[in-house]
Amino acid sequence: MSPDLLYALAGVVLCGIGLFGFLLLEHLLRRLLAFNLIGSGVFLVLIGLAQHRNGPDPVPQALVLTGIVVAIAATALAVVLIRRYYHLTGHTSLADDGEAQS
Amino acid sequence: MNQWLMAGLLFTPLAWAALSLLLDFRQGRWLSWLGMLIQALVSLGLWVAVASNGGFYYALAGWEAPLGIALRVDGLAVTFVLLTAAVATACGLHAGVYLDPSKSWQRYFWPLFWFLWAGLNGVWLGADLFNLYVSLELISLSAVGLVALGGEAAALRAALRYLFAVLLGSLVYLLGVALLYGQFGTLSLTGIAAVVGADEPAAAMALLLMLAGLALKTALFPLHGWLPPAHGVAKSPVSALLSGLVVKASFYIAARLWLELGDRLGSHTLAQGIGALGAGAVIWGSWLAFRQPHLKQVVAYSSVAQIGYLFLLFPLTFAVAEPVSRLAQQGITLQVVSHALAKSAMFLAAGNLILSVRSKRVDALGGVSHYLPFSLFSFGLAGVSLMSLPPTGGFAAKWLLLQASLASGQWWWVVVLLLGGVLAAAYVFRIYRATFLEDRASDDFYHPPRSLEAIPMLLALLALGLGLVAEPVLSVLALPFEVAAEVAADVAVQP
Repeated sequence: MSPDLLYALAGVVLCGIGLFGFLLLEHLLRRLLAFNLIGSGVFLVLIGLAQHRNGPDPVPQALVLTGIVVAIAATALAVVLIRRYYHLTGHTSLADDGEAQS
Repeated sequence: MNQWLMAGLLFTPLAWAALSLLLDFRQGRWLSWLGMLIQALVSLGLWVAVASNGGFYYALAGWEAPLGIALRVDGLAVTFVLLTAAVATACGLHAGVYLDPSKSWQRYFWPLFWFLWAGLNGVWLGADLFNLYVSLELISLSAVGLVALGGEAAALRAALRYLFAVLLGSLVYLLGVALLYGQFGTLSLTGIAAVVGADEPAAAMALLLMLAGLALKTALFPLHGWLPPAHGVAKSPVSALLSGLVVKASFYIAARLWLELGDRLGSHTLAQGIGALGAGAVIWGSWLAFRQPHLKQVVAYSSVAQIGYLFLLFPLTFAVAEPVSRLAQQGITLQVVSHALAKSAMFLAAGNLILSVRSKRVDALGGVSHYLPFSLFSFGLAGVSLMSLPPTGGFAAKWLLLQASLASGQWWWVVVLLLGGVLAAAYVFRIYRATFLEDRASDDFYHPPRSLEAIPMLLALLALGLGLVAEPVLSVLALPFEVAAEVAADVAVQP
């Protein structure tokens, strides 16, 4: 097994852990971190798999850079929304729908 | 010439977004009027260019793929660019009157609106899978911002739920892109389609992941939970944009993937399964629409149902004869166009009705038919298209889908199409019934300005007339794409 393939497999594992957290955690910040974990996993797969098949390749690295920028933008937006939501309602999760509406 | 058109379609929305950040609401409105005029002219220009010279590839700023951004212009892309120009202009004009300039944060509507438009054009024209991802994210983030524009806790909750759903969808899609790139070393959709074989489990897995992510972003049943709160709670012009255009973007990518790769990487089970989920969306979404107490929730659940029809594309184009597949593609395109027009008209009209009766509830509408016939009429006309009665665009779309179902021997989709129409009639007539209940002696309604009333009426009339001009609309879709040599070159570049 080449190190590149190992990266790709680690990426898959990270995706799995992140997905697990994303679906099961209720705290909004934790879910956001889980989202970032999935993102890192996807980036590892993107680079590792391409290097494993075709050798060193600048394209996936450029893609991952763009991907990181997108992920940072999304994270920033989410943090702003979560903070504002917390200030308005005092809740840190979306689960208590009915209670917050009344 | 093409250079200017591409600059107009992609660069001006981004420039307008940046410029309008510096302005207050009223100045932003002036700027946006100018921008909408430019977009309309450029979209028409693109149509003329493709109609006279055929579709083309365009490398943005001269940078060739894979590091540059490759754009692909064909009939389908032109259809959607024109549709976006029509619907977004209508929503922008409506928002200029509808939103309250005295609330300072409303000025952020314009930058978000223009970022959204840039992302939409990027999706319609994108030729490689990664730039489609970036455009999709641009759309998602600006759409979430637009939902949160209301500022109250319910809007933020809906926006957060929406954000988490679309972010997960994007990453699942991106994971599929990563697998495809690892396998084939190219991101160009046509490049992958040229080299992919029939028996490639890794590529099939990638297609499945991408379709799953896009289905979540398109709110396909049973992944639709985020859509009704987001579309229901947003400001009416925003809901119209989201339901009319935004959900179509992720569907468009899914459809492109399926039509290019589905015949080799898809399977009968997958196609029928996606079709079944679409059918479930039609039935379940319509039923929930019928049960909602709030007017905009009715319209939002109706979107869930109408999106369901779109996914009939998958079974109706898999392993069928070429003419049948073409019928289905035409039907789905018409369904996208007619739903975009009718649903944006309906959301704008619903927003006017809510302004008038000062309540979001359906049972508050009593007396509207007597005192506010005009607003109600736009709502009803849009409803006629959703019910797919002739001569509306909805009818023409479902007629084509009906023919495709029968010609491919998949009669069960006919049942879904007919049942969906009946259920749509049920939830539209429920609203009508509420408006005819007379419990008000005098006219104490707020009467919206004429410009607010006219825009949904125009959109509804367009949706109504679409059935009569279906032929010319479909002729845009069938515009020729004569770049066989370039496709070959595109494939040859890859290692």
